[in-house]
Amino acid sequence: MKIDNNQLLRFTTAGSVDDGKSTLIGRLLYDSKSIFEDQLISIENTSKRRGHEGIDLALFTDGLRDEREQGITIDVAYRYFTTPKRKFIIADTPGHVQYTRNMVTGASTANVAIILVDARHGVIEQTKRHAFIASLLQIPHIIVCVNKMDLVDFTEDAYNNVISQFEEFSSKFLIKDIRFIPISALLGDNVVNRSENMDWYQGAPLLHTLETMHISSDLNKVDARFPVQTVLRPQREGFLDYRGYAGRVASGIFRLGDEITVMPSGFTSKIKSIDTFDGELEEAHAPMSIAITLEDDIDIGRGDMIVRSNNKPETSQDMEVMLCWLHNNPARPRAKYTIMHTSNEQKAMIKEVLYKIDINTLKSKTDDDSLNMNDICKVTLRTTKPLMYDCYRENRTTGSIILIDDSTNETVAAGMIL
Amino acid sequence: MSKYYLNYLDELEAEAIYVLREVWAQFQKPVILFSGGKDSIVVTHLAQKAFYPSKIPFPLMHVDTGHNFPETIKFRDDLINSLGVELLVGSVQDSIDQGRVAEERGKHATRNALQITTLLDAIENNKIDCAIGGGRRDEEKARAKERFFSHRDEFGQWDPKNQRPELWNIFNGKYFEGEHFRVFPISNWTEMDVWNYIKREKIEIPSLYYAHIREVVWRSNSWIPYSEFTVLEENEAVLSKKIRFRTLGDITITGGIESEADTLEKIVDEVSAMRNTERGNRSDDKRSESAMEDRKRQGYF
Ligand SMILES: Nc1nc2c(ncn2[C@@H]2O[C@H](COP(=O)(O)OP(=O)(O)O)[C@@H](O)[C@H]2O)c(=O)[nH]1
Repeated sequence: MKIDNNQLLRFTTAGSVDDGKSTLIGRLLYDSKSIFEDQLISIENTSKRRGHEGIDLALFTDGLRDEREQGITIDVAYRYFTTPKRKFIIADTPGHVQYTRNMVTGASTANVAIILVDARHGVIEQTKRHAFIASLLQIPHIIVCVNKMDLVDFTEDAYNNVISQFEEFSSKFLIKDIRFIPISALLGDNVVNRSENMDWYQGAPLLHTLETMHISSDLNKVDARFPVQTVLRPQREGFLDYRGYAGRVASGIFRLGDEITVMPSGFTSKIKSIDTFDGELEEAHAPMSIAITLEDDIDIGRGDMIVRSNNKPETSQDMEVMLCWLHNNPARPRAKYTIMHTSNEQKAMIKEVLYKIDINTLKSKTDDDSLNMNDICKVTLRTTKPLMYDCYRENRTTGSIILIDDSTNETVAAGMIL
Repeated sequence: MSKYYLNYLDELEAEAIYVLREVWAQFQKPVILFSGGKDSIVVTHLAQKAFYPSKIPFPLMHVDTGHNFPETIKFRDDLINSLGVELLVGSVQDSIDQGRVAEERGKHATRNALQITTLLDAIENNKIDCAIGGGRRDEEKARAKERFFSHRDEFGQWDPKNQRPELWNIFNGKYFEGEHFRVFPISNWTEMDVWNYIKREKIEIPSLYYAHIREVVWRSNSWIPYSEFTVLEENEAVLSKKIRFRTLGDITITGGIESEADTLEKIVDEVSAMRNTERGNRSDDKRSESAMEDRKRQGYF
C-alpha cells in the first residue's frame, strides 16, 4: 500500500433504530475485507446461537457486554478500516435516549456524516434531527444513504422522494456538501460494489465516494492559530537557552520569520524556528504538532495563543454559544463551571438562556430556560478572563468549548461559539 | 509545491503527540506503562518526539510478571539508558511474596490477572495520577468505546457505562484524590498502522518480533515458547520451529506464529495479509467472549 499520500477520513453514522446502521458498517467492513477470520468465526457462532440465517453483519459493531445482552448500543464506539486509498475512522453513534449526546460527540471530529433513511418510510423526524446536528456541528460533508432499496423493488421513485423530502427541510441548514446514494446494506448494493439492480443511478457507490471525496480543504488554512500546550525548557547541553512553545497548529499556516502576536498579553515577536524531533521546518500547518521558538524572550505559558499579527481572533469575556447539555444533572442557574477552550482553562458562568431548540420540531422556544440532558440551547457565557476565539463556523478548534462541573469533575456540556 | 494536508500516519503521529503533551500539562505524575511490546515502544518513541529537545519528562513503568522473555528485559534496560529516563518496576513476584495475590494453579495458570493488583499498588505507592498505555481501539471489542483520557475510580476501575464524553480534541483530565487516568495516545491506530510506522521511523523493536528458531509447545492454537516456567502435559511435545511473536507479554501465555518474516518489510507484508487479529494468539483473551472487558473493568491495562 502506498501510504505517502493516503489521508485519514473520519465519519460518523446516524439513523434511527433499525434503519440498518449496524448492517451498513458491517457490510463496509466485510466487503472491504476488514474483518479478520477469528472475528468472523465468533460472529458466525453468535449468529447461529441466536438463530440467525447466515451471518448477522450487524453483530460486528456490537460493543460492551451489557449492550450485547440487552441487544442495544448506548455509547460512541470507534471502528477502523483501511483501503488502498484511505484510512477510515468510524464514530458509530447509536440511537435511543442519549442520542443527541452521542451524535454530537461522534460528529465533533467527523469529516463526513452518513445519514441513513429507510426507503420505505422516507424522511422522518429523526432524519431531520440528524441533519440538524450534523449542520450544527459543521460536518463538512453529508451523505444520505437511502437504505433498504431491495424492499421498494429498487425503484428510482422511492429514492427521488427521499431527495426532495430531504432538500425541502435541509435548505434552512448550513450544509456545504450533500449527496444521496441508494443502497441495500443487507445485500451490498452500492455499498462497496456497484448495484446491478439500480442502473438508473449514475453516481458512485458509498465506499468509492468516501475514498475520493475532497477533504483537504475542510481545514481552515487562513487564520493562523497556535494554542500553547506546554513550554519546553530542556536545560541540557546544546539547548541551555532553548525555550520552545509546544502545541498543535489549530488552523492556518505559520512560517519562519512571521510576525506574531501572543494573546492575551499582546506582545509581538517573530518566529525564529519551527522545531520537530525530525528537524526544523520552514512552515507548519494544521493539524501538525510542533514547537515554536521566538526571536524575543516573552513570558508565554499554557493557555496563551500565538497568532499572526495581521489576523487576530476575537477576544472577549462575553460570548454567545450554542450549548449541548450532556449530563444527567441539569444546569444550575448562574452556576460557575470550568471552561476548557483549546489549551485555555478558566471559570465561566451561563448568564442567560436565550432560547432552546425543540429537537423534534426544530423550532426555538423562549419560555424554557432549563438545561437538561440532550438539550440544545443558545446561551450567553461570561468568562473570568478574556477568551481568544473564532466562531465555530470558521474554526472548529478555536470555536469549541466544553464545560466541566467542579463538584463532579464531569464534562457536562459542549459548546460552539457563534 | 507544498501540500497543506497530512498523510494518515503523520496525522496519527500529530494526534498522539498532542495527547502526550496534554498529559504532561494536565497531570502531576504521569508514567508510560512499558511492557516491552511494540505498542509501548511506539508510545515511548512518540513521547520522545513530543518533548524534544527535552528528554521524556516522566518515568517509564514496567509491571513485571516475573515470567519474562530475557530479550524484553535487556531491550527495556537498553532503551532506558539511551533515553536517560527513570524506570519504575512493579513486581508481581513481590505482590505474591507479600501475600497481596495468590498464584493461579493448573495448566492454564497465568499471572495476567495478578498484574492488576501489582499495577494498582504501583500506581498508588508512586502517587501516579496518569498511566499512559499503548492500548488501541482496534484490538478488541471492549476497547472500541475507550476514551483517549479514561477515568479510573479510587479502586482503579473503569466504568464503561459512565464515561465522560470526549469532544473535538478537548480532554478533561480532572480527578479527585485517589483516582487516576489511563491515557491512550495511539487509540486510533490499527496494528497495521503501528507496523507501518515502525518501518517508516526505523524504530528498534525486540528481536522476538522477527522470525527465529525457538523451542515451542503447541497450546491453545498457537506456539507457546518452551521456558523454565513451562509444565509439560503428557501429550505435549517440545518442537523446534521458526516462529515470531505478534504481541509480547508474559512468556507463559504469549503465542507465536510460524513465520519466515525476518525483516520489517516482510513483517509488514505478512501482517497486511494476515487473516487473524493479533490477540487471537493470546490465550488470556480466549477464556470467554467478555474476558477483556472483565479485566478492563477491574483495572487492567
Ligand atoms: N431488506 C433489508 N433489510 C435490511 C437492510 N439493512 C438492514 N436491514 C435489516 O434491518 C434490521 C435492522 O438493521 P440494523 O443494522 O440492526 O439497524 P440499526 O438499528 O440501524 O443498527 C435488521 O434486521 C437488518 O437485517 C437492507 O438494505 N435491506
